[in-house]
Amino acid sequence: MLKQLSVFLENRSGQLVQITEILTKSSVNIRAINIAETNDYGVLRLVVDDNEKALSVLKDEGFIVKTANIVAAAVPDSVGGLNKLLLSISKHDIDIDYMYSIFGKSDGLAYMIFKVKNPDQLINVLQEDGYNIAGPDALGIN
Amino acid sequence: MNNYDIDHIPREELKKLQSERLAAQVKRSYERVECFRNRMDEIGLKPDDIKGVEDLSKLPFSYKSDLRDYYPFGLFAEPMENVVRTHASSGTTGKRIVVGYTKRDLDMWAECIARMLKEIGVGKGDIAQISFGYGLFTGGFGAHAGAEMVGATVVPMSSGNTKLQIQTMIDFGVTLLFCTPSYALYLAEEAEKMGVKDKLKLKYGIFGAEPWTEKMRKDIEKELSIKAYDIYGLSEVLGPGVACECKEQAGMHIREDNFIAEIIDPDTGEVLPEGSTGELVFTSLTKEAFPVIRYRTRDICSLIYEPCKCGCTHIRMNKPTGRSDDMLIIRGVNVFPSQIEEVLLTNGYKANYQIIVDRVGNTDDFEVRVEMNSDNFSDSLGEISRMEKELVSSLKSMLGIQARVRLVTPKSIVRSEGKAVRVIDKRKL
Ligand SMILES: [Zn+2]
Repeated sequence: MLKQLSVFLENRSGQLVQITEILTKSSVNIRAINIAETNDYGVLRLVVDDNEKALSVLKDEGFIVKTANIVAAAVPDSVGGLNKLLLSISKHDIDIDYMYSIFGKSDGLAYMIFKVKNPDQLINVLQEDGYNIAGPDALGIN
Repeated sequence: MNNYDIDHIPREELKKLQSERLAAQVKRSYERVECFRNRMDEIGLKPDDIKGVEDLSKLPFSYKSDLRDYYPFGLFAEPMENVVRTHASSGTTGKRIVVGYTKRDLDMWAECIARMLKEIGVGKGDIAQISFGYGLFTGGFGAHAGAEMVGATVVPMSSGNTKLQIQTMIDFGVTLLFCTPSYALYLAEEAEKMGVKDKLKLKYGIFGAEPWTEKMRKDIEKELSIKAYDIYGLSEVLGPGVACECKEQAGMHIREDNFIAEIIDPDTGEVLPEGSTGELVFTSLTKEAFPVIRYRTRDICSLIYEPCKCGCTHIRMNKPTGRSDDMLIIRGVNVFPSQIEEVLLTNGYKANYQIIVDRVGNTDDFEVRVEMNSDNFSDSLGEISRMEKELVSSLKSMLGIQARVRLVTPKSIVRSEGKAVRVIDKRKL
C-alpha cells in the first residue's frame, strides 16, 4: 500500500523550508506535496521516495509526523477524465477525505492521490471500473 | 442600621472593639468549625489564649484550598437553616469554592458599601446602575444592597449588552456606575461611537474586581466626566466592600470593625512591620456563616497607617500590586494556570501550554498556546479544528471566559533554564 506522511505545521514563515532542508540533507526526494491550512496552523502531506527515512529524520527534528495509507489512480488524459473517475468513486458512496495530484516517475501519467477511510475498498472499486492503480514503482517510491 | 460613626471611632476604642470581637470569633469558630479546631489543636492553642489583637499572630492561617477540602459547606459556622445566601467562585482547579451568608452577614456587607456611598455623597435621588455580573459570583449583590441601603434607586443591569447599558444610563439618568474599570473604559468608548457621551448624567463610578492603575483612573474620570473610586474584596472574605475608597481617593479604608488586616511575608508567614509590602491576610470579626481567620488572600500590597484627610480612622490599603500565587485576573475573572492544565489533560493534550495575556484597547486579550503531540495530531484539518473547538469550549466552561487557542509545534513554547514559562502577562499594570 502507498504511504503518505503528514506533518503538523504552524503558519509562520520558515516552517516549510525547514522541512525541505531536512529532507534534502537526508537525500529524500519529494514526489508530491499538499498543504491544508487555517489561519494558525496547517497540515503538510508528503509523498516521498523513502518514507521510513523521512519519518525518522523529521521526528528527530521534533516534528509531529504521521503515516497514512493512500491510493493513487491514473487520471485519463482527456476531457472529463477526472469527472469520470470521481463519479466511479461517488457511485459507491465512498467519501474522499482529500485528494491531490502526483506525476508518474517513468510513465508520465497524471495520478490522483486519494485519502479515504478504507483504501482497500477504493482500490477494488476502481480496478473493477478499469482504472490503473499505481504501485510504488510507477511513482518512484522505494 | 445607622453605623456610620463607626468610621470615626478613635483608634484605641477600635482596637478594644476588635479585641473583643476577635476573642469571641475565635471561640465560636473553635466550637463550630472542624478545620479550624484541628489546626488549633495541632499547635496546642486554646481559644482562651486569644485575648485580643495582640494575640492574632499566634493563630493558624487558613487557605483557599480549605474551601476545596471542605466543599461545599464544611467551613460554615452556622447550621444551614440560618444561611440565607451562598455564592461561589472559581477554585484553583475545576472545583468551585462556596461561601455562605446569614441575614446579618448580608446586612454587614451592604453596610460596608453603604458607608462608602454615604461618604462620597451618594444617597436618595441617585440612580445606581450595577454592571457587575449577578450570579453565583459575588459581583453585583453587595453593591446592589449597599446602594438600596442609602436610598439610591438601583438598576440591576448585570454585565453584557453594552448598547443597552448605555441606553439605560441615558434614559434613566444614571448617576452612579458599578463595574470593572476596563468595562468602564469600554462603555465610554462605545458611548462616544454612538455619539451620546454628552447625554450621560454620571457623577461617580465605583470600580473593582480587577487590577487597574492611576492612569486608568485618570482616563475613566476624563472620558466619563466622573469621580472614579476603587473598591476591594474577595468572596472568601465577603465580596467587594471589604475595603473602599473615600473622597480623598488615596487608598481603600478597610472596614476594621469587621475585618483585621495583616501583611505577612508570603514565604515565612511572618508578620511584617507597619508599612511593609507583603501578602494581605484577613480575619473576619463579625461574619457568622463563613468566618475566616488569618485567611491568605495571596494579594500583595501594603497598608497605610497614617490618618486619612477624610477623618475616617480606619487604616487604608494600597491597590494590590501582584499575587503571591500564580492567579491571573482576566476580564475581571480569576484564572489559575492549574485550571487550564486540568482542561488540557482531560481533553487529551499534554500539559505543554503557555498563557499569553495582553490588553488590547480596553479589553484583555487571552490566548492559550498548546503544543500539539502525536496522539492528538491527525492528517485531517477538519479533525484538528474540531478538537480545537472542543478545547475552546471546555476552557470556557471551566473558566467562564473565552480564550483563543493556538496550536503550536512541539517544543516551540519558550523554556527558560529548562522550565517552561507558563504565563506571559504583557498588560502594563
Ligand atoms: Zn479617607
